This record gives sequence, C-alpha cells and structure tokens, in this order.
Amino acid sequence: MTTVPTVREVPIRAEIGIVQVRQAVREVAVSVGFSLVDQTKLVTAASELARNTLKHGGGGVAEIELEQRVGSTALRLRFHDKGPGIGDVELALRDGYSSAGGLGLGLSGARRLADEFDLETARGEGTTVTVTFVAAGPAAR
Amino acid sequence: MTLTAQPVREELAEFLRARWQDIVRAWSAAAVFGHADPADTEDECAELLTGVAQAIREGAEGDPADEGFSAARSVFGPLVAGVAAGQGGRPDVAALKAPLLRLWSEHDKPADMAADGAVALSTVVDTLRLLLLEMELESSAETIRSQREQLTELSTPVIKLWDGVLAIPLIGTLDSMRSQAATENLLEQIVAQQARVAILDITGVPAVDTMVAQHLLKTAMAARLMGAECIISGIRPQIAQTMVQLGIDLGELATRASLADALGYALHETGMAVVADQHR
Repeated sequence: MTTVPTVREVPIRAEIGIVQVRQAVREVAVSVGFSLVDQTKLVTAASELARNTLKHGGGGVAEIELEQRVGSTALRLRFHDKGPGIGDVELALRDGYSSAGGLGLGLSGARRLADEFDLETARGEGTTVTVTFVAAGPAAR
Repeated sequence: MTLTAQPVREELAEFLRARWQDIVRAWSAAAVFGHADPADTEDECAELLTGVAQAIREGAEGDPADEGFSAARSVFGPLVAGVAAGQGGRPDVAALKAPLLRLWSEHDKPADMAADGAVALSTVVDTLRLLLLEMELESSAETIRSQREQLTELSTPVIKLWDGVLAIPLIGTLDSMRSQAATENLLEQIVAQQARVAILDITGVPAVDTMVAQHLLKTAMAARLMGAECIISGIRPQIAQTMVQLGIDLGELATRASLADALGYALHETGMAVVADQHR
C-alpha cells in the first residue's frame, strides 16, 4: 500500500464551514473520479459529520486525505473537535437517538454510507471521526 | 494625537509646499491610480497630497479618521469600487512612500529633523494603506451582506401550477436560514392561495442530508396542519440511494421522481384529470 496522502484542511467554525467542507469534498471526489452516487454519499456523510463537529464539538477542523492503494483510491475524511466528547458511543450510534433534536441518523448514517468508519472520543477531550470511501480503480476490475 | 514635534511639522509643511509639483509628478509616475488620462492622475495625486499636508500640519498622520484623510477617502472610493467589481488590480499605495522619502532626503533641512520627518512621512503613507485596506474590507463585507440577502429572497419563489396546486423549487445548499425562509414563504402562500397540494421540488439540491430531510418533514407536517398535502419531487437516483443508506424515512410523505409526475398526482388529488382532446 503506497500512502502518499494529499491533505486539505477546512476549518469548521460556523455554518458556512459546513458548506465549505462539502464543496472541498466534492471537488476532491470529482478529481479522482468517484462515481456520481459515491460523490453524493461522500458529500452527504461530510455534511452530517461536519454539522456534528459544529453542533456537538463546538467547531473543529475537517481533513481530506487521498490515499493511493493497489488498484484503487481511498478518500478519507477526518473530523476533529476539542469538544466535550461522546459519553455513550453506543447510544450516539443508535438510529434515531439525537441529543440535539435532529433525526438521530447523522452519525449512524455516515457510518453506513462509508466503507470504513472509525470513532475516537474521550470525555472532555474531544472527538475524532474518520470515514473512508474507496473508489475502485480500473486495475481492480 | 501628536507624534511629531511642532518645528518638525513646520519643516515638513514647508517641504511639501516647496516640492509640491515634484511629489505630484513622482506619485503620478508610481502608477497607483489606473487612469487613462495623466491629467486625472495628477489631479488625484494633488488632492491626496492636500489631505496629507493637512494631516501632517495637524499632527494626525497616524489617524485614519482625521479630517485630512477624507480627501484620500474620496480618491480611494472609485478604486475600491473598481476592485470589488473585478476591474483592475489592488492599488499598491506603498509605492508612494519611496519617492516621498527620496525627495525628503534631498530637501535642505536642519540635520536633527531628518529622522523624525522621515518617520512622519512614512507614517502618513502607512495610514493611507491602512485606510485603503479598511475601505476594501468594508466594501467586501457590504457585498457579502447584500448577496446573502438577495440569495435568501431569490431562492424561494412559490409558483402556482394550478388552482390549489403550489410548487416551490428548492435550489442549492439549504442552510437553516434559507430553508426557514422557504418554509415560511410556502405556508403563507398555502393560506393566500387556498392550496390543497404543495410540491417541494428538490431537483436543484445537490445532497439531502438529515438536516434537509428533517426540514422537508417539518414543512410537510406544518402544511398538513393547514389542510394541504405535500409532495416531494425531483428525487434523483443518487439522492434516493444515499437517503436509503442514511436511513431517512419520509414516512407517509408522497414522493415522485419528477415535477411532472408530482403535478399529475396533485391534479388527481384535487379532482382534475388531463385528457387527450378527441377532436384534434
């Protein structure tokens, strides 16, 4: 696996940050040839997680990384905040549970949309959510 | 705000008077102002210099709010407007400093005033830069504000498709403010037009996340309380797939792939039928 990540950082401090994350993600996804369905999934997951970063984490930063794998390209989104952290991860990942009056599908939905999902959190130390989407390159087929 | 001693200020005033033409000529040559006619450029430089001389005379060379800099404001105004409109590059006011200091160094003055005078002249050009920057920031903040207002207003037209049938095309990224405006607009029109069916068309929405979905659900619920049924139309294949995976359930809300399908359904619901004309 050759890892030469291309990193873009987008700060999320206000609602406009969510829009900027979505635009940046779509740009990168288009540039490496993700299909229209995959682009939509990526942008939707980015939108959910960026909003979580803003609402629950009190703002933070989104990192977009590209990783060349054998026969494919992986796009990784990492959302990092220094907020209060998630007390009960299992509960937070349950469909329909929301502490902010939403549908309660953002985090769990983003997990379903992504090919790989990782959540690191500690009370009082913030949260880092990482989702990876893999676009199968021509060599894999 | 007096930074410079009185004798130095008098010497500076004398210097500006004596070398007036030279300074205007040097500033005009610095090409800060993009006028086609050199006479216009000289006029503006002279105006700027008049203000600068006043600020120095009053010992206010570091204060952009001073009366002396109001001349600079009127000179910079069109420049800033031009930059905002995408015409011409940013004027570099710093280019005015070198010729001014060069002429000052050539000026015959008491030796102990050289340094203080140079500082004052430097400060005055720095203040001009600061002023220009402030004006640019004001101008772009104003542009953003007015564009945001326009966007909120323009993006939510409610269209009457038939008696009792309304459509609202949602376009672009729906932030909380825009979606709120759209909802209010629609609910008002439902009352005004006694609508029985409202079609929310999301063809122009690039991605439906949980916030957008929740917004659609809430709007539909409010419309239903007012006696109108909502239909979501314009759900494209990639959006449908993503919504399913995200786990969004629109419940009993009617959905259609296209606005045409939604209109057909709405007409049916309101007791209308479109039939082919037998006589043609």
